[in-house]
Amino acid sequence: MGFELSREGLDRVLTELGESYLLYAPVLKVGEGRFTDADVVRYDYVSSVEQIELAHKSDYAFKELLTPLSETLFFFTENECKVADAEARKVIVFLRACDLHAVKRLDQMYLANGPQEDWFYRRVRDRVAFALIGCPESFDNCFCCSMDTNVAPEGWLFSLEQTDDGYRCVVADEQLTEVFAAQAVGEAAFEPAHVSANDTVVRVPESVPVAIYQHSMWDEYTARCIKCGRCTISCPTCTCYTMQDVFYTDNGCVGERRRVGASCMIDGYTNVAGGGQYRRTACERIRFKVLHKVHDFRKRFGYDMCVGCGRCDDICPEYISFAACVNKLADAVDALAAQEVSADE
Amino acid sequence: MSSHNANPYIPFASQILEIVSHTNREHTFRMAFTGKVKPGQFFEVSIPKYGEAPISVSGIEPGVSVDLTIRNVGRVTGELFASFGVGSTVLLRGPYGNGFDVSLYENGECVVVAGGTGVSPVRGVIEHLAHTTDAADKHVIVGFRSPEDMLFRADLERWAQALDLTVTVDGAPEGYVGNVGLVTKYIPTLELRDPATTTAVVVGPPAMMRFSVMGLLERGLTEDHIWVSQERRMCCGLGKCGHCRIGEKYVCLDGPVFRYDLSKDMID
Ligand code: SF4
Ligand code: SF4
Ligand code: FES
Repeated sequence: MGFELSREGLDRVLTELGESYLLYAPVLKVGEGRFTDADVVRYDYVSSVEQIELAHKSDYAFKELLTPLSETLFFFTENECKVADAEARKVIVFLRACDLHAVKRLDQMYLANGPQEDWFYRRVRDRVAFALIGCPESFDNCFCCSMDTNVAPEGWLFSLEQTDDGYRCVVADEQLTEVFAAQAVGEAAFEPAHVSANDTVVRVPESVPVAIYQHSMWDEYTARCIKCGRCTISCPTCTCYTMQDVFYTDNGCVGERRRVGASCMIDGYTNVAGGGQYRRTACERIRFKVLHKVHDFRKRFGYDMCVGCGRCDDICPEYISFAACVNKLADAVDALAAQEVSADE
Repeated sequence: MSSHNANPYIPFASQILEIVSHTNREHTFRMAFTGKVKPGQFFEVSIPKYGEAPISVSGIEPGVSVDLTIRNVGRVTGELFASFGVGSTVLLRGPYGNGFDVSLYENGECVVVAGGTGVSPVRGVIEHLAHTTDAADKHVIVGFRSPEDMLFRADLERWAQALDLTVTVDGAPEGYVGNVGLVTKYIPTLELRDPATTTAVVVGPPAMMRFSVMGLLERGLTEDHIWVSQERRMCCGLGKCGHCRIGEKYVCLDGPVFRYDLSKDMID
């Protein structure tokens, strides 16, 4: 059921939801961007609709809640190992269609890769529900239509989008219908807004031949990419982490084990004991990351990892475009296939 | 605690039953362990406040213990060497990975080529082969950097009695009595009756594995009869942290043991 609400009405809905849930949404942080004075949109807890940034794409994804950049797993004392406590309250995360598709990728990795679930991810995941932010139009660099992630038919409690004179919400969770109906100024049947075309169009190759690993298409990235890892930190589907132990006291009696976000783009990711390292050059790392997003993950799980949010392109300080790289990859694969055919003839 | 906690990140306590010193920086720690485990699998040695390090199983006494042969090269292993002795308790997680299926190699001719610390994961395989009825058909080539770097000396002497063993060192001081040369030097002269049905296991540093496999293929072994074990940075062992991924494979889940024909296109 769809409802039209005024700002005040929606705020009353959020206040009521706030009794059972924390609300986690994109927020505009003035002057906290990567250049001094630049603004950034990142996730935070909110209590009113005014705080929620609906007009822009968030620079960083919601994933900080599910997979924090740094998360304490255990505390160690002299002879005890204690699992760190966690927030117990439920959370509603406000996100767009592409990001809801990204949640499926995070679940795939943390809950379904290997025989055991990730205990810490499961603990937070069970507290989380979603609200879908509608997308009336595509943002810069988005290519959700190419990745089939522009529509999110299910998996959310209600949707939210701004109209000329207020807000529209589609309520999918029947238990919440009353809460919205009580504050609505109008009712209508509609679907959450979604885009059906993006300026950026990406062509993903069906499969890649082994020859692509040695292809010259990757070479330019060695000079261009500075291996900073921003593209992976902003990506809603990147999941890698590294375990890290720390101690707080000089005598080493008390400490903790954390996991911290890791990136295949950054030095040290593959280091093995004794000094071995794989993929030293930036072009190897870009190749590794790009093929994971549009090939390797699909080969393992049946669908692509990248959801086309375009954040990696938005954030790269060297203006490296992932979308352009995937298109280049598709062209290179076609060219290799054509060579094969002509060689066969 | 069992090895299958609801929370797989919580390690269990295991007592050090014995320590065998091979070189001054390589020791085998015999750890109490009653669960199921295979050669080629690995444990995470977990030392609170220092971290975790993946160590492959170098020996198994079923229902009693596992051997972990450890080189003192990092923060975790350094602390283990410095502060833990026989009777101490160490925290472990695992075992992880697929490990070797020794039944694949027990019948007929088999070649094992192992280099340096690569001997650890295949020690259980060699031990198994040494006890087969046709052990004379089992050929084992092990290489170490120098005579001082040799591991498992007592085992090498025993194995030499049971099967066709070649021990070699990459280099040695003047006057050394024994084979000098890379493991690959001994592949062309292996006495094989039927290379097409011979199985092989190759474990060691990447270049050594590549050239050993090439040598075996030249002898007429087939790609689907060769198994290799890949060393990667295993951080979680659970298929979550991502560090060990190569293509669509996770070394900690799908490996570390791979059949060569199925893994030769895995490119880092
Ligand atoms: S790879 Fe780039 S476009 Fe794809 S999901 Fe990650 S950040 Fe978004
Ligand atoms: S592609 Fe761009 S954002 Fe990613 S590591 Fe390279 S320079 Fe940094
Ligand atoms: S070691 Fe973490 S995914 Fe394999």
